Amino acid sequence: MARLIRRYSDGTRINHWMVALLFLCAGLTGLAIFHPVFWFFTALFGGGTWTKILHPFFGLLMVLGFVFLFFQVWRDNLWQPRDSEWMRRSPRLLRGDEDAMPPIGKYNAGQKGVFWLFAVCLLVLFVTGFVFWQPYFANAFPILLRRIAVLLHAIAAFLLILGVIIHVYAAIWVKGSVRAMTRGWVTPAWARRHHPLWYRQVNGDQ
Amino acid sequence: MSSLQSLDIAARSATTTATPQARHTPEVAKLIDVSSCIGCKACQVACMQWNDLRDEVGVNVGYLDNPPDLTPKSWTVMQFHEVEMKQPDQSTRLEWLIRKDGCMHCADPGCLKACPSPGAIVRYSNGIVDFISENCIGCGNCVTGCPFDIPRLSRTDNKAYKCSLCSDRVAVNLEPACAKACPTGAIRFGTKEDMLEFGAERVAELKQRGFVQPAIYNPEGVGGTHVMYVLQHGDQPEIVGLPAHPTISPLVGLWKGLAKPLAAVAMVGAVLAGFFHYMKVGPLEVEEDEEDESREDRRKRENQSMEVK
Repeated sequence: MARLIRRYSDGTRINHWMVALLFLCAGLTGLAIFHPVFWFFTALFGGGTWTKILHPFFGLLMVLGFVFLFFQVWRDNLWQPRDSEWMRRSPRLLRGDEDAMPPIGKYNAGQKGVFWLFAVCLLVLFVTGFVFWQPYFANAFPILLRRIAVLLHAIAAFLLILGVIIHVYAAIWVKGSVRAMTRGWVTPAWARRHHPLWYRQVNGDQ
Repeated sequence: MSSLQSLDIAARSATTTATPQARHTPEVAKLIDVSSCIGCKACQVACMQWNDLRDEVGVNVGYLDNPPDLTPKSWTVMQFHEVEMKQPDQSTRLEWLIRKDGCMHCADPGCLKACPSPGAIVRYSNGIVDFISENCIGCGNCVTGCPFDIPRLSRTDNKAYKCSLCSDRVAVNLEPACAKACPTGAIRFGTKEDMLEFGAERVAELKQRGFVQPAIYNPEGVGGTHVMYVLQHGDQPEIVGLPAHPTISPLVGLWKGLAKPLAAVAMVGAVLAGFFHYMKVGPLEVEEDEEDESREDRRKRENQSMEVK
């Protein structure tokens, strides 16, 4: 068995899964009160009223968890010139042709895009959520502002959920990624194949 | 009123299937003639007594409006407007315009559109828009959706409240308590058709009395309302605190109109797209020989570092 490479520390993984679970709770409660086709999710949270009560707290805790995660990984997610090239060639990756892709570091442009999408959406959700949070904060804001806030909240949540769907799919699609986030390690071949620059960096032979 | 047993529900919040509507009732309306209201507040008291509500004793804020605004326990409130009206000779004349504020019972209710809880807001076929408290989850979306700023969320039980047009009384062929109590006949209740007809007569009378543009307030933007006003100055409803062209805010329209189904389809579609992409393209896997290759690599590297040493 080849020497395994550590990709995520215990702390990062626990942090990631806390955020993921809270996303699931906030997402399901939010969807339940967004469109009637998702109303049945209220059954998981003790009915409509409890769903409404819990949703903002789930959201708040998720944002709090993401703040810690953000500071652990933001540096590796800074955009670089080769990321634009990767983005240009990404349709070929979607057809399964990974050899067409330029070499990348710890995260590829798709992962970086999803990361920044999460950061921006969660910030919008956090700020707008307070504006119509009944019964604590909503009455402090004029109704027009609440109308703008609910719409922005819905849009940001929609983009966040789309981002998570892409994020989850990519993890399932690229074999070995889920293990990186559950157990913390990847095989050298995995690293060399998907993140060659990062592989070289951790092996110290650039 | 409780539950959905009235069998004449034309619309129901957050519901994608048909409503129980085996029975059909004629459209009713309340006509409030601002020009013959004396501001006695008998309607306010009648509302309080019939619905058995006792609002907090408030503080007098220096004018007759009391309480100063609608509350979860004051479903109707008299608003006193002192207005300096311009006369044809450019002089001004003080007019005391008294309007009974409360739910308008829109044909296209913004509250119902914005409500996320199935059956928490219903519109009966007679036009009454009612809040079914047992289904209310206390989110306050009805407040966001209403073009008239009517619903009030209670601080004690987190349920939204507003005028029910005495749907319980109307269901048994009684008129609303406010109409029953009004001593001047300023509040009338009947079929919407009759009320429009009677209102037109009042408008003609007001014209004879010298008002330039009296009118019935039955705004088209919300599909008409089941609480209508006769206004002496029908061209400027704002002077009695009514919006000139009320509609469901385009923000709310976008949120609960187009965005809702589109977003649901897009999210479910994204999951399906992923599923079928996997079936078509398959996963990105690291081949067995690549594992071997990297092991080979490592061996080489280790050898190199040994050599360096």
